[in-house]
Amino acid sequence: MTIYLDHAATAPINEAAIDALNIAMRKLGNASSIHNQGRSVRKDVEDARHKLSELIGANPSEIIFTGSGTEANNLAIKGFFWQHPDRNVIVTSAFEHHAILDPVEWLVEHEGAEQVLIPITKAGVIDLDFLKKVVAERGNEIAVISIMHSNNELGSIQPISEIVKIAGKIPVHTDAVQSFGKVEFNFAALDVTAATISAHKIGGPLGVAALVLKRGLDLTPVLHGGGQEREIRSGTLNAPAIVAFTAAAEYAIANMNNNFQQIRELRDYFVAGLKKCVPDVSINSVSDPALPGIVNATFPGTESDALLLLLDTEGISASAGSACSAGVPRPSHVLVALGLSESDADASLRISIGTTNTKSEIDQVLAVMPSVVERARNAFVVSGLN
Amino acid sequence: MKLIAAMSGGVDSAVAAARAVEAGHEVIGVHLALSSNPQKYRSGARGCCTIEDSHDARRAADVIGIPFYIWDMAEEFHDGVVENFLSEYSEGRTPNPCLRCNEKIKFAAVLDRAKGLGFDGVVTGHYAQMHETEIGRMMYRGIDPTKDQSYVLAVLNTEQLAGAHFPLGDTVKDDIRIEAKRRGLYVANKPDSHDICFVPSGDNAGWLRDRLGSEVGSIVDEDGTKLGEHKGAYTYTIGQRRGLGITVPAAGGEPRYVLKIEPKTNTVVVGSHEALAVSKIIGDRPIWCGPEPVINTEHRGFAQVRAHGTPLACTYLQTGAEIKVELDEPLFGLAAGQGLVIYDGDRVVGSATVASTE
Repeated sequence: MTIYLDHAATAPINEAAIDALNIAMRKLGNASSIHNQGRSVRKDVEDARHKLSELIGANPSEIIFTGSGTEANNLAIKGFFWQHPDRNVIVTSAFEHHAILDPVEWLVEHEGAEQVLIPITKAGVIDLDFLKKVVAERGNEIAVISIMHSNNELGSIQPISEIVKIAGKIPVHTDAVQSFGKVEFNFAALDVTAATISAHKIGGPLGVAALVLKRGLDLTPVLHGGGQEREIRSGTLNAPAIVAFTAAAEYAIANMNNNFQQIRELRDYFVAGLKKCVPDVSINSVSDPALPGIVNATFPGTESDALLLLLDTEGISASAGSACSAGVPRPSHVLVALGLSESDADASLRISIGTTNTKSEIDQVLAVMPSVVERARNAFVVSGLN
Repeated sequence: MKLIAAMSGGVDSAVAAARAVEAGHEVIGVHLALSSNPQKYRSGARGCCTIEDSHDARRAADVIGIPFYIWDMAEEFHDGVVENFLSEYSEGRTPNPCLRCNEKIKFAAVLDRAKGLGFDGVVTGHYAQMHETEIGRMMYRGIDPTKDQSYVLAVLNTEQLAGAHFPLGDTVKDDIRIEAKRRGLYVANKPDSHDICFVPSGDNAGWLRDRLGSEVGSIVDEDGTKLGEHKGAYTYTIGQRRGLGITVPAAGGEPRYVLKIEPKTNTVVVGSHEALAVSKIIGDRPIWCGPEPVINTEHRGFAQVRAHGTPLACTYLQTGAEIKVELDEPLFGLAAGQGLVIYDGDRVVGSATVASTE
């Protein structure tokens, strides 16, 4: 028995994407070549770009394909920073993904940038008053404001439209990797300057994502060599992956409302069951509006790596905060930003439910949960060193 | 049984895990992260503590076909092993951190956690053997005399040993490498670890100086006559002959050796080789790996004071709080803090920490 409850990490690829990928991979041609084969592949890429732009409420030329969401986020952060040499402040939230926080920290260490972190309220959204104050006091120093559309560990959707209003003329980037395809996301309507979306979170293949960037804007590139994507991103276009990305996005958005209802019902069922079988559990993912499938829960007196190991031996896949490069688990910075103590953050799990999950799977998880938590508590002995 | 295999990323622990699986146990691989900042203890291709080692361990677990996790034991390791190493040196003793790590981390923190999670024990790649005997499950030397690690395991009590599994003790190292290759474990040719894992440079004295300072002190002879100066008494080892930097030659021209380290006065005492002779050892903190020898009664056995030292025939007696050893022939150079391990033939009887010598 295996039960996959880690859809926010990556989602199962859907059949439409596999079919699109299979067909496109058999096709010869570099989309940048001028000959017959090149033109044919280019047409596929541009058809995909066009369709994707409609799905996201953008203009086709606003889509810059990249190799990953991380790359798109790096391009946004570094690109805006380098594009504005007279502005050295980068504003992000304290619970951004590492693909935002790490490039900002790198710019702080190497390029003289200054990072301003917007705190998180108990409701799991950024503190807009704090942002207002920062913009009022330092607006002309800010190169970019980057706030995620929804948080990957809590599911909470951020007030992006209000952020854009507060920002005024300051560029606003949003990491929409968790939102696109799952909840309403319209680039033009939000009026952000740039947004990151990724294929593998919505049933597309790994290795393809996009930075959506308003027309007419320039960004300093991170990768040089060929200038394939608006002279902003270089590298041979990954045509099969791009085509499959669009196929996955079409499928996800066509089914979005149904999926949302189905997943949210499963989530509510799971949370209600969890509270019954582990009475002292505390649920951190309580925001509304939110992604439908994210449950974040603290199991006092445990360590997340023990919980994950025990769930894994039961065939259940979940996750916790991120790990360092050597794989050492770290307390989630998201939960710490939310105000949890390090030990509570370290005792927390993220369960992310997707379309493939069933009620019977949730029942099976709930059946083993009390024993898993009990064993994790047994293992949590404060080391008796002397 | 359900076992946790402690996998360092080296060849021995990889083969040990594979053998445990083959023996029919349900095995999960665990790599212990012993530094909160792996770069800090980075040590190239040595035994533990690097990002590469954790990847090697993960890859070995994949090849064997077992789940793999990383356990963060950095705090426990720092508090229990590294801090202890420093405080022992600063008090003029010579500790063995591998003994300490086995006692406090691998077969304490890890074993306790394993049991809490519902596992029965821990598998490691140590070269030692566990045999069922008339007096219970006992630990014996590994059959490869150059790799035998029973010395560093002699700090485990019977309860800890009950949960310990050493599948490599019946094999010589060369055959383990051949077996690793046959099993497709690419760590087969990885070099052995030798140095202390948290002193990546291998420069023990320099590492200690960086942390304990390098206050200048006197080097004196047994009468207290000053012969020279040193930069940190704890960087010397009892029995050390080279690198003393003494400018006054001995009357008879014979070489001089470090006899004593006195941290309170920051003094190093040197003297003749004969003065290093030790025939009586008193060890405290006794730990028994099997039945406790009858108290206040003389027993015959062998004493070993270094990981790959010679076993020395002796008579020993335990008083409850101490082990008193009388060697048949003297040994030369023994520091307080070293591990004293008692053997009955190849069986490990127990251990103590050297407290004083005569």
